Amino acid sequence: MYDAIIIGGGVVGCSIARALSRYQLKLALLECSEDVCTGTSKANSAIVHAGFDAEPGTCKARFNVEGSRTMEALCQTLDVPYRRCGALVVCFDPADRPRLETLLERGRKNGVEGLEILEGEALHRREPALDQRIPAALYAPTSAIVCPFELTAAMAENAQHNGAEFYFDTCVDTVERRSDGTFVLHTDHGSFESRVVISAAGVYGDVIHNQLCPQQPRQIIPRRGEYCLLDRKDGALVRHTVFQLPGPMGKGVLVTPTVHGNLLLGPTATDQESKETTATTSAGIDLLLATAERSVPHLPTRDIITSFAGLRAHLSDGADDFVVGESAPGFYEALGIESPGLTAAPAIGVYLAQQVAARLGAAEKSDFDGTRKAIVCVRSLPFAQRKALVEAHPAYGQIICRCEQISEGEIIDAIHRGARSLDGVKRRCRAGMGRCQGGFCAPRVMELLSRELDIPQTQLTKSGKDSLLLTGHTKEVQAQ
Amino acid sequence: MREVQLAIIGGGPAGLSAAIAAYDAGVKDLLIIERDSVPGGILNQCIHAGFGLHTFKEELTGPEYAGRFIDEVEKRNIPLLLDTMVLDFSRDKVLTVSSRSEGLQQIKAQSVILAMGCRERPRGALNIPGTRCAGIYSAGTAQRLVNMEGLMPGKEVVILGSGDIGLIMARRMTLEGARVKAVVELLPYSGGLKRNIVQCLDDFGIPLLLSHTVVDIQGTRRLEGVTIAQVDHKRRPIPGTEQQIPCDTLLLSVGLLPENELSTAAGVRMDPVTGGAQVDDELATSIPGVFACGNVLHVHDLVDFVSQEAALAGRSAAAYLLHGEEAGRSIPLVGKNGVRYTVPQSLHPETMNGPVTVRFRVAQPLQNAAICVYADDRLVRRIPKRVLAPGEMESVTLRPEDVESYTAQITFCIEEGTAQ
Repeated sequence: MYDAIIIGGGVVGCSIARALSRYQLKLALLECSEDVCTGTSKANSAIVHAGFDAEPGTCKARFNVEGSRTMEALCQTLDVPYRRCGALVVCFDPADRPRLETLLERGRKNGVEGLEILEGEALHRREPALDQRIPAALYAPTSAIVCPFELTAAMAENAQHNGAEFYFDTCVDTVERRSDGTFVLHTDHGSFESRVVISAAGVYGDVIHNQLCPQQPRQIIPRRGEYCLLDRKDGALVRHTVFQLPGPMGKGVLVTPTVHGNLLLGPTATDQESKETTATTSAGIDLLLATAERSVPHLPTRDIITSFAGLRAHLSDGADDFVVGESAPGFYEALGIESPGLTAAPAIGVYLAQQVAARLGAAEKSDFDGTRKAIVCVRSLPFAQRKALVEAHPAYGQIICRCEQISEGEIIDAIHRGARSLDGVKRRCRAGMGRCQGGFCAPRVMELLSRELDIPQTQLTKSGKDSLLLTGHTKEVQAQ
Repeated sequence: MREVQLAIIGGGPAGLSAAIAAYDAGVKDLLIIERDSVPGGILNQCIHAGFGLHTFKEELTGPEYAGRFIDEVEKRNIPLLLDTMVLDFSRDKVLTVSSRSEGLQQIKAQSVILAMGCRERPRGALNIPGTRCAGIYSAGTAQRLVNMEGLMPGKEVVILGSGDIGLIMARRMTLEGARVKAVVELLPYSGGLKRNIVQCLDDFGIPLLLSHTVVDIQGTRRLEGVTIAQVDHKRRPIPGTEQQIPCDTLLLSVGLLPENELSTAAGVRMDPVTGGAQVDDELATSIPGVFACGNVLHVHDLVDFVSQEAALAGRSAAAYLLHGEEAGRSIPLVGKNGVRYTVPQSLHPETMNGPVTVRFRVAQPLQNAAICVYADDRLVRRIPKRVLAPGEMESVTLRPEDVESYTAQITFCIEEGTAQ
């Protein structure tokens, strides 16, 4: 019997796990995929939002502002890339200026610091890449960028370090509440018992919710957002995250640098039924590029290295807020965590952990260690330090991913920390994330996965389950 | 800091040939730096025959062709740093390199030959819509898996792009027992060599669908199928022509890009059309003492021409090291009217003491046209051609007498019609 089981290994689930691992509790996290960070958390804008978008008084506003305030320190503690680059919300028509003021006012009410409206020369001096015709923008100096993959992995690693158990390839089918108030979670890999269940199931949050709260059914309409990622040589094109005025479907298309120096464009917003399909469309990408061009003209679209899509867990009933708390006795959830979910995740985790700990009467551990060290990034080490590292551990001298200059040592570390698939390695150490998109390194990374995990290459996957990379060996294909 | 007269970045066909030529021209203190565990570069995975017809007058496989050059390098005891990646190369020719065996080190060279080759354009560069499931490989990655690792990327294959690697892989996958359902080409003509279309597709009954592209990719985990459609003259899909093809593998052969991150970081002046360095008739780049050759300079069709070009780079580096720089007036070589680019992009008329091979590609397939070369307004060469295709690199040899002391520019262009 676990004290608490968390459903979902996205950024929210891992944040809850880390926050709960501070307490004397027997914890487990169940994740359907082969690794953490495989859903919404892996395909989003990677922004730490300042907090001027959400209506004051909402959960979104509260957790956003708290997340924004605490993210930098958290990233330092967990050794996660974070950069406070600031954001601009541009308007294209002077007549829209009042809408910037509304945002500014809302931000001030939410407690966002440093907001101001910039115009004309002051604006274009601050962000020379903007279209010269843009008359004004809201400037939010506290807006930042973060690596969502590493933030999620770091919180998971730290939770594990503090005793939380992680079960992968474990899909929760049904959650049953027994008469004694405890729960049984039936999965495709056996049943788990727990005193408390915390759902952070992303786009599947409504499925879990409706099993335990049938009287107040909720529905999540996955809202697909398409993105384009540009080569690292273009990351310095813009200094800030550039938003456009938000619309009914969300914050609209942004242009932003990433912490790794790429340029990211997106997202679009299209509601869909499927909770799985993250296909891009040519109409979506065309719209995305045309919209991004309005903020920053002459985008070097020939440098696009990949496009992708993510699903936001949007609640359909128009409340436009997160649901965070105890929805039934012993059943806690973080439901409808769309944007600014990445920003809010750390604060949501702490909040829910405190509630759960109070319910279970759990005391804090005396030996909790909240720190975590990242996989060493050899390319960013000073020469002498890098030389010493390679002397001590020669695998760091062997470069496997040319484009991102990722060494064998980094890939091995990523695998030992939990990467089990080609995409998992990519998210944890960026091998295959560069301009050739794994063209050269994929076969080498596959060899390392096979060697380190001791599984045949023919069983390796791109992203878990049956996403097999190979169909067999040569000379053994059956005749048709 | 380790010092060397000549450092050659890349131990593929270009680097090997450049090293041999530089050695034979008198540079004995040189070094080839290769990131793979064996020299030979991409030739090691090109196990099909067809290499060396020009150089050796016989048909060799890729590894055999590479082997001939590796033997020559070994005969000369030219040192090779294997499994060694050049991380950085500075304007003053200091190379930072990393390897498992020798760690991180810096090497100061007096001259550098860039021979890093090229890479394949990935799916993202085309923005092909659809899912990002397993089973989508660039053709060269699949070639490595099949030919070097003995692993099959799939059984039911569609190939997008009719570049040479895609054509070769259509045949290879067929020979390995897979079923290649179609090769789909966006353009109304193939970018590959004619002989490859005949020997790799026609001989195996694999359909080549010109003016078609992939408009959707299906499959959540592993690829389940692609939708292809015909495109109009502006390369836009024509509604109503969509056709779904069930398959578990999509190979992409949609173009090669010279791998010049080191060169651009060092400040070498680039040609936006070739994606390679701008060079003169000695294959010297804008940084004195730095030369470029092979696919990092511009993408070739035939390795024989890579070897020839690289030998010139080797001799030029030797001349630079042994005789010093030969300054002189430089005039531009310009491609116009259907000639997309030229390599070299300039030449020095005063120091031109032998023939200069100028290589280029045409922009469009043409029949019954002529390659014309003008020194300013004076026609110095007119070469009638029955067929010209972007997939086949063309060349013209300029002789010293073609260039007058007052010539300001040499222009390469295509003129339609064969009449003189």
